[in-house]
Amino acid sequence: MYLSSIDRAPKDGADTALRPAFAAIGRNVLALGAVSLITDISAEMVTAVLPLYFVLILQMSPAAYGLMDGLYTGATALLRLVGGYVADLTLRRKAVAAAGYGISALAKLGLVAAGSSVGALGAVIVGDRTGKGLRSAPRDALISLSVPETALGRAFGLHRAMDSAGAFAGPLVALGLLSLIGAASPRAFDAIFITSFCIAALAVVVLLAFARDHRAARPTTRTVSPRAVGDLLRRRGVRRLAYAAGLLGLVTIGDGFVYLQLMHRQSVPAGWFPLFAVGTNLVYLLLAAPLGALADRIGRKAMLMCGYGMLFAVYVLLCSPLTGTAATVLTLCCYGTFYAATDGVLMALAGPVLPPELRTTGMALVQTVQALAYFGSSVAFGAAWSQWSAGPATAAAACAVLLAIALTAGALARPRVEEVTV
Amino acid sequence: MTRRHPVLLVSVATVVLAVLATLAIRHAARPTAAAGAVSSVSVAPGPRIIARSTAPGSRDHLISVSADRPGGRRLTSPVTCARVHASGGTALCLRLDGDLKTYELAVMDRHLKVRRTLPLVGVPNRARVSPSGRMVAWTVFVAGDSYNGGRFSTRAGILDTRTQRLVPTLEDWHVTLHGKPYTAVDLNIWGVTFASDDRHFYATLSTGGHRYLVRGDLAHRTLRALRANVECPSLSPDGSRIAFKSARDDQPSHGWRLSVLDVATNRVTPLAETRSVDDQAAWLDGRTVAYALPSGHGRADVWRVPADGSGTPRMLLHDADSPTALGGAN
Repeated sequence: MYLSSIDRAPKDGADTALRPAFAAIGRNVLALGAVSLITDISAEMVTAVLPLYFVLILQMSPAAYGLMDGLYTGATALLRLVGGYVADLTLRRKAVAAAGYGISALAKLGLVAAGSSVGALGAVIVGDRTGKGLRSAPRDALISLSVPETALGRAFGLHRAMDSAGAFAGPLVALGLLSLIGAASPRAFDAIFITSFCIAALAVVVLLAFARDHRAARPTTRTVSPRAVGDLLRRRGVRRLAYAAGLLGLVTIGDGFVYLQLMHRQSVPAGWFPLFAVGTNLVYLLLAAPLGALADRIGRKAMLMCGYGMLFAVYVLLCSPLTGTAATVLTLCCYGTFYAATDGVLMALAGPVLPPELRTTGMALVQTVQALAYFGSSVAFGAAWSQWSAGPATAAAACAVLLAIALTAGALARPRVEEVTV
Repeated sequence: MTRRHPVLLVSVATVVLAVLATLAIRHAARPTAAAGAVSSVSVAPGPRIIARSTAPGSRDHLISVSADRPGGRRLTSPVTCARVHASGGTALCLRLDGDLKTYELAVMDRHLKVRRTLPLVGVPNRARVSPSGRMVAWTVFVAGDSYNGGRFSTRAGILDTRTQRLVPTLEDWHVTLHGKPYTAVDLNIWGVTFASDDRHFYATLSTGGHRYLVRGDLAHRTLRALRANVECPSLSPDGSRIAFKSARDDQPSHGWRLSVLDVATNRVTPLAETRSVDDQAAWLDGRTVAYALPSGHGRADVWRVPADGSGTPRMLLHDADSPTALGGAN
């Protein structure tokens, strides 16, 4: 009762910071979390069966499949910036996000329509990724505008927990449908794609019905222009955050390498490989919300540092002589905790240092910097692995994490987070 | 408008979308027509061609036709596979394993009786039996899920059906590339084809964005790269030529050209098939290769073309893929 009564949208953009912080995870965050949860069920049920579909039904060879895969993962980074900029320019963050969710939903129908044409399938996949690129930054900006600054950590934590719950459920739904329908026939896959479209469409309806746009009065002092975006990078706080995101991206070697080393070191049968990701995600799912809330209390910068401390622990464990199930579980727990302590928290840190009129663009910028740095680091680590073998390369990565923690601690301006007393 | 009745709007949408999804699922779950299967299909050496049906009524079932009259009567076996190959009285069938969507490989005798099964981690892609029927090789796609970046990889394994010695993956073998030992970790290997000595084989090795033809040695566990841009090799019955697909302009996105390499002279002859062929070709005899071309959603036809670059492609089997000539060709 208390929760819902204080959560009524303030009329005409009244000062949100006046509301009590502890109860401030509002209906809007829940609505956006629900949209992400439903969308991720839809997205991950397709992701889970696409390899089956490409290889078994469409008879694609390794090289053709690899090509599709590259499209699937590589087509988003710059679109984030476009989506963010358009959202800031038009002040219609919800509309831009809805367009992104809608494009991805239609892409599911496109998979059915494309049939076995490799070109058409490529176009559909690029469309799906376009939708994802467009929606992320406006959605995160809406979350950050929906709660007072003191509650940003828990808001993003809750959102990321709901998001990964959907990602967790998606493959299970797909496998359930495949079992229900029977053998892997083309009709079974069409049914999965259509069901996935229905779920994605429901998410768009939930977004339109329950999420609120935050259309504060158009700012008069600053305008949204490419030049203003350039000015954004001249702001000390933003630049430092971009440095931090880039540095931290640079020391993340990539999930594939972490899991590969776990597999090689423990001589785990390859069938267990997907379980590593499941374990990591489960820890992330459970800890994202509580660690987000904790970040609001102890400081988000401190939480970010703890997160990278966890990453350091993961790399050290990978280099250590410890083997066996316990070591594997411990490594995965640390890895999931690392994600829970950094993913949403970085966005929560971004909120306060970004000017309101360029908040979406700024968030897209931070995400893009991190993604590009992450891409660079996984390429570099692959090279180091070939050159030095896995152990020394991981030890070097561990040292790089320590260096990045020190540099980030120096670079990040002290965040303006007051102690919250409950 | 949406502001006023959000709950109503979402409820109506949920009902409509749930009905749509249910209809799609029920449509897909309708039982297919009975396959009219007979159990007399054999993979014993002889003038026959076996393949896998992609026709709606008998999808995945093994079929057998006369090599002289491939358009004539088809025998349909109750055995179903996602990929199949046979030689020397041994059949290798990569297939679904029970209700959970995982795969297994089944080694069968000439009467398609299962002699050994092994769980497969990944989605079946290629299957090959050595000419003698002793060695079997397979390729699967191993895809993690989206959390590990969604990168694909392949894993190729070999089983000696006489000694039961298993090579689960070729990735940890000693690789020689450009004459030097090669230790990169991004190795992907696929499309094994055996020589008649049951010791040597050819395969595709991909690393650093390039694909190579490699010659493997089971006795020494080595792979040696011979030349670039050769995928899915298939050794001719006399071992003198290799049919393969090569990426046009070395770009897989430009499609594949079916070609034949003369091992002794290193000369490559493009075949008369100009459509993009993304399959491991099969030799019908010393002069002709067969290959599948997709013909629509989940369907394919098997075509044949002379192996010397002459002639024109002709359809061999309607609604089928995974062709194997049992006349002794690999």
